[in-house]
Amino acid sequence: MVRRPREDQYDFLIIGAGMAGMAAAIRLGHFGKKVLLLERHAIIGGLNSFYKQDGRKYDVGLHAVTNYVPAGTKRAPLTKLLRQLRISHADLGLSPQNVSRVAFPGHDLRFSNDFALLESEVARVFPKEIDRFRSLTEKVKSFDELDLQGPKLSARKILSEELHDPLLIDMLLCPLMYYGSAKEGDMDFYQFVIMFKALFLEGFARPFEGVRHITQLLLRRMRELPVERIMNCGVQSLRAEEGEIKEVLLENGRVVRADCILSTIGSVETAALVENDVPFLRQNDEETPRLSFVETISVFDQQPVDWGWDETIVFFNDQEEFAYEQPDNLVDPRSGVICFPNNYQYPDEKTLAEGFLRITCLANYDRWIALPEDIYKEEKARWFEEMVRSARRFLPPLADAEIEKHQVGTDMFTPRTITKYTGHLGGAVYGAPEKIRDGKTPYRNLVLAGTDQGFLGITGSMLSGISMANLHGLQSG
Amino acid sequence: MTKEECKQVVIDIINDIAPDEDTTDLKPDVRLRDQLDLDSMDFLDIVMELRKQHGIEVPEADYQQLASLDSCAEYLTPKFNEKKAV
Repeated sequence: MVRRPREDQYDFLIIGAGMAGMAAAIRLGHFGKKVLLLERHAIIGGLNSFYKQDGRKYDVGLHAVTNYVPAGTKRAPLTKLLRQLRISHADLGLSPQNVSRVAFPGHDLRFSNDFALLESEVARVFPKEIDRFRSLTEKVKSFDELDLQGPKLSARKILSEELHDPLLIDMLLCPLMYYGSAKEGDMDFYQFVIMFKALFLEGFARPFEGVRHITQLLLRRMRELPVERIMNCGVQSLRAEEGEIKEVLLENGRVVRADCILSTIGSVETAALVENDVPFLRQNDEETPRLSFVETISVFDQQPVDWGWDETIVFFNDQEEFAYEQPDNLVDPRSGVICFPNNYQYPDEKTLAEGFLRITCLANYDRWIALPEDIYKEEKARWFEEMVRSARRFLPPLADAEIEKHQVGTDMFTPRTITKYTGHLGGAVYGAPEKIRDGKTPYRNLVLAGTDQGFLGITGSMLSGISMANLHGLQSG
Repeated sequence: MTKEECKQVVIDIINDIAPDEDTTDLKPDVRLRDQLDLDSMDFLDIVMELRKQHGIEVPEADYQQLASLDSCAEYLTPKFNEKKAV
């Protein structure tokens, strides 16, 4: 066999320059590993990126950075993350949220980055449940969600043992599901704990410039390190032999080898790249993502707070029972998430130049994909109206004319947009329903990181990349 | 290298890996773990930096020697001086 030139041999090949892939690259770069980072798209960030349209920059994905804690908070995921990437808290430039709310028919629960607010709201709205809620909180706090080996547990089952009121259970699950569950109807309890800590015990924040502030920061860190990065180039195939990936064929025709391959593109998506062998995951009902989302963005020439819209995020639902599942229709406007990127406590009382209203609802990927081009545009326009109308029921009232007068731009992305730009099957945002917590595959040198490892949000994705880099890159020597 | 200089090397590394930690008033005889928010992964980083920046190898069996600044100085100073002598 011909010996390959050294330049085609890497210690690590990382597939995908999203949050997990970039964090892993930085970590490995710190320790002098020879790293190749591949990104199929022209822009870094993966599901957390941005795009330009009509001279405006729009964030994709990011409503909020979850897991926010102030600088110096001990043992918090954010602190650990910053430490591992050697980024200071100040560099991340996070500004905390104002206040957020879960809005159900006749009941509201407000919460902020101070957990005492949620506790007092539960005591106010569900006085009979407060002791049980406190005991649930203790259970969550002491639960080791980072145990990569533990059994799968149903969050609904555990919640129905801990709490009595199904409305409170739904109101707690609503934001946690919307911000991180790839599963319909229920969550894995591990995911529940991760999300409960991330949203309620810790909190929301956002950099003034949006998610690109964070991706640019990671990019700068990577440039200081021995990380080779190729953009606009994905993996064509992974050639497996005797339980390991021997060669990687890139889309640009290059063939490379790596001691370890870290894939952040999703478990089913990764499995589909393996050739010369039986794929380790088939695209079946259980593993194929069924949940996707649509998001509308309305841009105004004034701040939302001028209309009394002063909250940061509102999770709404108009049904007796909250249904987190794939809709039969293109969109399910009965529940969703409203986000005002303006409503964070930016330094020096800075305000964003324009007002933004973003609304996210569940969507049916297959139905969006099946639409012919002209109908696709019509349906986008129709559901835009529908979603804004639905969401406004949960906000302080405002005349339609007032909105029309101040609206200076709109945009909307659909499951089709998500798959087009991220390559994630089914327009999935939170990955496959079944998580592979330890990232293992049947191949010795192929490891998964990112959302399909079950860590969610920006902080979670980065921690996933870090933990896999540490486990496979540093500890093993 | 003196023991004081050696302690400074360790403090510099901690400042590198944990930019948000305040290392100005570290007590030399108290475990670093009890004064700073450091976990086992952070100690691994200290070991890696000693290797990368100074060519000092710390085998896994000796990790507990890095518990406090005093014990670091005790353990590492001879290693630094040996290296210089070579």
